[in-house]
Amino acid sequence: MDPLALVLAIPLLGGVLLGLWGHRERAGDLNAGVSLLTLAASVWLTVIVVRDGPLTVWGEWFFVDPLNVFLVTLTAFVGFTTSLFSRPYMRIERDHGKMTPGRMRLFHSMYQLFNGTMLVALTTNNLGILWVAMEAATLTTVLLVSVYRTPASLEAAWKYFILCGVGIAQALFGTILLYLAAERAIGGGESALLWTHLAQSKHLLDPGILSLAFVFLLLGYGTKVGLVPVHNWLPDAHAEGPTPISAVLSGLLLNVALYALLRCKVLADGALANGLPGRMMIGFGLVTVVVAAFFLSRQRDVKRMFAYSSIEHMGLMTFAFGLGGPIANFAGLLHMTVHALVKSAIFFAVGHAAQKAGSQAMEDIRGLLKVSPTVGWGLMLGSLAILGMPPFGVFASEFLILTTAMREAPWATPFLLVALGVAFAAIFGRVQPMVFGETSLRPLAHPPALLPVFVHLGLALMLGLYIPPYLDGWYRQAAQMIGG
Amino acid sequence: MNTLLAQSINLFAVVLLVLAFAMIAQRRILTLIHLFTLQGAALAAATLIVGYLTGQHHLYFSGVLTFVLKVVLIPILLHRVIDRLNVRWDVETLFNIPTTMLIGIVLVIFAFNLAAPIAGLSASVARGTLGIALACVLLSFLMMIVRAKAVPQVIGFLSMENGLFFAATAATSGMPMIVELGIAFDVLVGILILGVFMFQIREQFDSLDIRHLEKLKED
Repeated sequence: MDPLALVLAIPLLGGVLLGLWGHRERAGDLNAGVSLLTLAASVWLTVIVVRDGPLTVWGEWFFVDPLNVFLVTLTAFVGFTTSLFSRPYMRIERDHGKMTPGRMRLFHSMYQLFNGTMLVALTTNNLGILWVAMEAATLTTVLLVSVYRTPASLEAAWKYFILCGVGIAQALFGTILLYLAAERAIGGGESALLWTHLAQSKHLLDPGILSLAFVFLLLGYGTKVGLVPVHNWLPDAHAEGPTPISAVLSGLLLNVALYALLRCKVLADGALANGLPGRMMIGFGLVTVVVAAFFLSRQRDVKRMFAYSSIEHMGLMTFAFGLGGPIANFAGLLHMTVHALVKSAIFFAVGHAAQKAGSQAMEDIRGLLKVSPTVGWGLMLGSLAILGMPPFGVFASEFLILTTAMREAPWATPFLLVALGVAFAAIFGRVQPMVFGETSLRPLAHPPALLPVFVHLGLALMLGLYIPPYLDGWYRQAAQMIGG
Repeated sequence: MNTLLAQSINLFAVVLLVLAFAMIAQRRILTLIHLFTLQGAALAAATLIVGYLTGQHHLYFSGVLTFVLKVVLIPILLHRVIDRLNVRWDVETLFNIPTTMLIGIVLVIFAFNLAAPIAGLSASVARGTLGIALACVLLSFLMMIVRAKAVPQVIGFLSMENGLFFAATAATSGMPMIVELGIAFDVLVGILILGVFMFQIREQFDSLDIRHLEKLKED
């Protein structure tokens, strides 16, 4: 039995099964069980790849290499912990009357399909299928963003659908141009969009076509990454959808979109040899970091604030990958991992805090420590971690990015430092009264599942103090693959 | 015979472009759907002719797929949606049609300039039409920006997909089959979801005017 087949089949079939299972008791347990099986299969896949090296399977249609295998594991892991978090969370939402049985069925089924499409996007070797899977990931989540049927959530979902649809259409045009270049260089046909083939002959691709293609791909996939100025859908979708969806959108979907961009950057870099893709990513990344930091400081809704923080961090990663080179790429990959872990942990804590307050407005959430210390500490530690405080992993990756930036693009460092400073002041200043002080919050009907919060933060802490040698080797190989 | 057919590709390309302009100026929702259906038919015909001229047999399949999807299935779905929502005879008030048309012309010139160097590199028989394809994409984009009702916006979105399919045919004689199938599947699922969505919007706001959907703003 092929582990990759299991990794892809379990969530996709699980989605169908949960659709049939409906709203019966234990649907939440079933959801978590399916995610656990996906995680087990992906760990098995990782073990095989670590032992035998990169895999190319099923007539080269799918492949696993050091770059995507760690993202597959990360996706399966966060997918599993989020399913654990969503069990009590969604039960409370149902008790509050926000989720009907039909909506619960939709949530569980689409959650698995969403995971499945992301795993397909990560492991496919075909850039066309990558596009199809990215679009499918949008389609599976759009009805989840509007699941509460409030005017605001409908608006958020409509924006999400239209903006991401238009954005991803630009990426399709980029993919078509890429195929045109491939047709000229290595001949057309079914194999011309396979990444491994394109990467082998990337220096043969026409530079003129590739530079235009990369502009469209950057704008297109950049919409899903949340790069400014095409980020407008992101804060709305994060704030209005159910919190488990905010957690996986921030922690996983943005990473997968960035991954798609990286795959395209490798090809464009090979064809162009003038560093244009890298410079464009530096530009977009820097603007994103600065704009997001200033918007972040003006938010009143807690989920919106952390959504802007996600935009800021995605900009930082884009900037790091734009710098290129072994250290910046290493830092970018590390940042992808720790951001996914920490940001989803924050959303878990924020979700329960908002349930206790009955509101997402930050001035309504006060004194979390008094009512439930675990939620309070989770939010406080998570915020410190995301702000780049040592000894968490975000500190290590941001430090590496900043030191590389000082060497490679010194003009950019003041902007980065100011943006990070503004974000620090804004988030720390807002989180402190939410955690400490007097309280008016009510207890929850079901005990929240907070184990995922601390597991995530523990992993982020570990990555800040000590990166195990095999993980380190893995990051280095991946950094090399994307042009280190 | 073959030169005549090769030129007919240009004819269909021009039809696509003219229809894109007509959609921008069209105020009646029902006529808009008719225009979209015609555009789908022109796209399918162009694809079939390119397939015949280049001997790329998968393009026949792609042409038939386009026909089934964009001339039969999606228009049927759109008709059912506007019937059930009772907006069949709706007329939208559009401001400044002449200005929009002028912006559209600028977009077409821009698209031709952008596509000219690339089209020269393409080996496809329809390479001269790449500029038109890009122009159709940009015009649909413009339409989505200026429209305030949900159904015309969705038609703009679908028309953009038409432009992209035409670009694929014009530049590369068709994407690999499996990719085209995947895209067609996404488009179909997308339109179904949008249908569900329009009912939700209507239920919530008693109107399909997406100006209601502008509350979430940064203050």
